[in-house]
Amino acid sequence: MAVNVKIYSTPICPWCMRLKQFLKDNNIIYQDLDVSTNQPASEEMVQKSGQMGVPVLDIDGNIIVGFDKEKIKTALGL
Amino acid sequence: MYDLIIIGAGPAGITAAVYAARKKMKSLVVSKDIGGQAAWSGDIENYTGYQFITGPELAVKFEEHLRKYDIELKENEGAIALKKEGDIITVTTDKGSYEARSAIIASGKRTRELNVPGEKEFKNLGLTYCATCDAPLFSGRDVAVIGGGNSALDATLQLMKIAKYIYLINITSCLGGDAVMRQKVEESEIVTVLNNSQVTAVSGVKMVNGIKVKREGREESLAVGGVFVEIGLIPNSEFAKDIEKNQAGEIKINNRNETNIPGIFASGDVTDVPEKQIIIAAGEGSKATLSAFRYLSEHRF
Repeated sequence: MAVNVKIYSTPICPWCMRLKQFLKDNNIIYQDLDVSTNQPASEEMVQKSGQMGVPVLDIDGNIIVGFDKEKIKTALGL
Repeated sequence: MYDLIIIGAGPAGITAAVYAARKKMKSLVVSKDIGGQAAWSGDIENYTGYQFITGPELAVKFEEHLRKYDIELKENEGAIALKKEGDIITVTTDKGSYEARSAIIASGKRTRELNVPGEKEFKNLGLTYCATCDAPLFSGRDVAVIGGGNSALDATLQLMKIAKYIYLINITSCLGGDAVMRQKVEESEIVTVLNNSQVTAVSGVKMVNGIKVKREGREESLAVGGVFVEIGLIPNSEFAKDIEKNQAGEIKINNRNETNIPGIFASGDVTDVPEKQIIIAAGEGSKATLSAFRYLSEHRF
């Protein structure tokens, strides 16, 4: 099952780190967008999620705000 | 019936669980999250054995240690009540109810909220409790930091590199925190410190566009595009209704981690233990389990 996973994150945000670690542990390949330096990505994140908190996860268009393990597991079918 | 129920899975709860496993106590851990405050701490350089580790990394280490043992763990479950009737302690969560002979409260602390109109509405819409996470999204904006201690100073220092202008709103007459950080903030040309000032409302349209501040008897509006709330922590102790607490809501314990109810122990940041440190919480967690073990043996449970 190939899914397109994007993370909108900032460099030292603890929840972003945990989210990335969780995806790595589950062998999920993701694209990491650093919204502190990437302005278009920052705007895209606010537009997609309707809010300004990181991390935001985009799993094939399914937007999850924060490190919400249960929602992520469901979205990824883990 | 469990020997022990541990409420919370931060450094105190996880250490308590590891000790319980090694004492072969039949135990259950219920917790909203794993790692507690440690999981969102920054750099940790004072946890013995690790010269340097980040909060999230240490939380992963704790979790690995917990899962090495066959410990029953209910994640995403917050305790809502704790009762003792006869010799039986009942822990009720938002998902179920569990009985045990002993219990350890290790539910830690959570971010204190402002409790003003607009706060809930604009959470993550320009109002945030995690400057470390969200500050980079506020580049070039005028922002307000609420608070006057180290975490408020730390947020201000981070924002000084990014934001256009910062108002530091402090409720007391002068800033607290470390002198070195305070000096940097006070010397900055893009920071105005407002002492004796209280935030009374957060306003906005879709996103935050301002706050109302009461100072010297007058209420004024400040136009800001971001609000960082850094006003400290409160103990997660409300569910423990019959347990004795201090004025701050922290659970009172003695040096054996006993509360006022025999069989119910407490450890870590939720208690009135004098210092709040990861290593102290972990040590207190181990002590609480050893006390619970002694309690069970003495009562021949």
